[in-house]
Amino acid sequence: MPEVETTAPAPPQARTGFARFYAGRIGHRVFALLLALHGVGAFALITFGVILRKFSVARSVVRPLVGREISRAGVKLVPMFLFAAVALGFLVIGQTVSLLTRVGAANNYLGSIMVLVVVRELGPLLTAFLVLARVGTANVVELGTARALGEVEALEALGIDPVHYFVVPRVIGMAVGIFSLTIYLILGTLGSGYLWAFVQDVPIQPGDYFNQLAGALSYLDFVLLALKTIAFGFIIAIVTCYHGLAQPLQLDQISRATVRAVAQSVIACILLDSLFIIIYLTV
Amino acid sequence: MSAPAANLNRIPALELHGLAVAAMQNPNVTVANDVNWTVNPGEFWVVGAPQQSGKSDFLMTLGGIISPAAGDLSFLGEPMPIFEESRMAHRLKLGVVFDGGQLLGSLTVAENIALPLRYHSRTSAQEITTRVTELLDLTELTPWANRTPVNVARSWRQRAGLARALALAPEVLLLDSPLTGLDVRHATWWLGFLGGLTRGHPILGEKPLTLVVTADDLRPWRGHANRVACLKGKHFLVLGDWAAAAASQESVVKSLLQG
Repeated sequence: MPEVETTAPAPPQARTGFARFYAGRIGHRVFALLLALHGVGAFALITFGVILRKFSVARSVVRPLVGREISRAGVKLVPMFLFAAVALGFLVIGQTVSLLTRVGAANNYLGSIMVLVVVRELGPLLTAFLVLARVGTANVVELGTARALGEVEALEALGIDPVHYFVVPRVIGMAVGIFSLTIYLILGTLGSGYLWAFVQDVPIQPGDYFNQLAGALSYLDFVLLALKTIAFGFIIAIVTCYHGLAQPLQLDQISRATVRAVAQSVIACILLDSLFIIIYLTV
Repeated sequence: MSAPAANLNRIPALELHGLAVAAMQNPNVTVANDVNWTVNPGEFWVVGAPQQSGKSDFLMTLGGIISPAAGDLSFLGEPMPIFEESRMAHRLKLGVVFDGGQLLGSLTVAENIALPLRYHSRTSAQEITTRVTELLDLTELTPWANRTPVNVARSWRQRAGLARALALAPEVLLLDSPLTGLDVRHATWWLGFLGGLTRGHPILGEKPLTLVVTADDLRPWRGHANRVACLKGKHFLVLGDWAAAAASQESVVKSLLQG
């Protein structure tokens, strides 16, 4: 029996209503994004101003906080990054060797591909995302809780700038942490990459492998790597601190603020990474 | 007394003209409008108001933590709020004790008390330790000195908030509902200690402290505070002494006096 068309097409009025509804939702999202950009931008400028203006204020209080943040966003994550380095080396070399072996060029391009994939792209980005997951989320929760429990007001009552006390150490700690961890991740991945190539019987000597690496690297890689990783640290710290600290929060709003902070940090890091790709391609 | 010193004594500790107090959670909402009030040095005011009526927002505005929605507020002759580094020394003459202490959760009780000293003063670590030890002894907090706030009972956290506010030897102290949730022993200690501060305590160099406390029950403060005011709806009623408060026909004043 032939199927009978039971759903009538929506009348023109209803279609207009849907269109208006979705246009409204999109407009709302765009407006919210612009507001968030404005808020985060202003917060970043304030933080930058405080770093410059209060560089030598209350060093005995702020220095230990910076040290704690470097430890939290750097030193304590080293074991996790060593594991990530071994895994990433296996991932990249495993795929590369299987592809290049088919064209008989595995021993000629391994070093170049490692530089292209690990040094320029995956190393910094993976480090940023792992630090965001481990420390950035904790930032939002800690600062959101501090905000909800009135610790920010307590600092203001004591004449202590909450940005100086809470945000500046996190920004410096995360920038230093991501920069250092990226170096460790890259070094670990390049080392483990050779190990995996050796295990897969790729006929390449250590000297040849490291010559390929050195040949594929330029001064621009070092400069942009440093700039990119420090910028990632700055962005993640600013976005997560902004969502935890910059607006009055109730305890039940902290989880939503954390989700927003993670999403915005990921988007901001990818956009920044795209900008660096353009710089690589044009310089 | 020399002429400049006499002039200094005549400067009100706090002066409010046409002040509108905004709520901290929603700055578009005001909890008090057109507040005109003068607090003179050495006075001990209690501001009564029912719960959820905006006492904390009122006190936060006096403390320069929330900007007034309208009107003028001055503290010892200087306009508030003060955020500039150049006027910070003046700002630090004002201390605030929050309801529950609002200590920093990542620091121990002793570290919380030391924080303003370490941040603002250029004194040595030894001097800071001595001052913190004095304050811990004075507020009977020594057994809890090395515990984080989450491991200390609320009544002791409140005392730690008081010790922290006294660390920089303020001239005016604002206290948000200091007796809320305290048992008789703690409440008696607070009333006696605050009375001692208004008379001049050695920890503050014998200088009488100006006090403003908020409360949702005025009865414990009779005989301790010497001035009474009240928040009724969005109106601020300056009642004067206890006799004037007792004579008030306002229902909210009567209920606060009768408990």
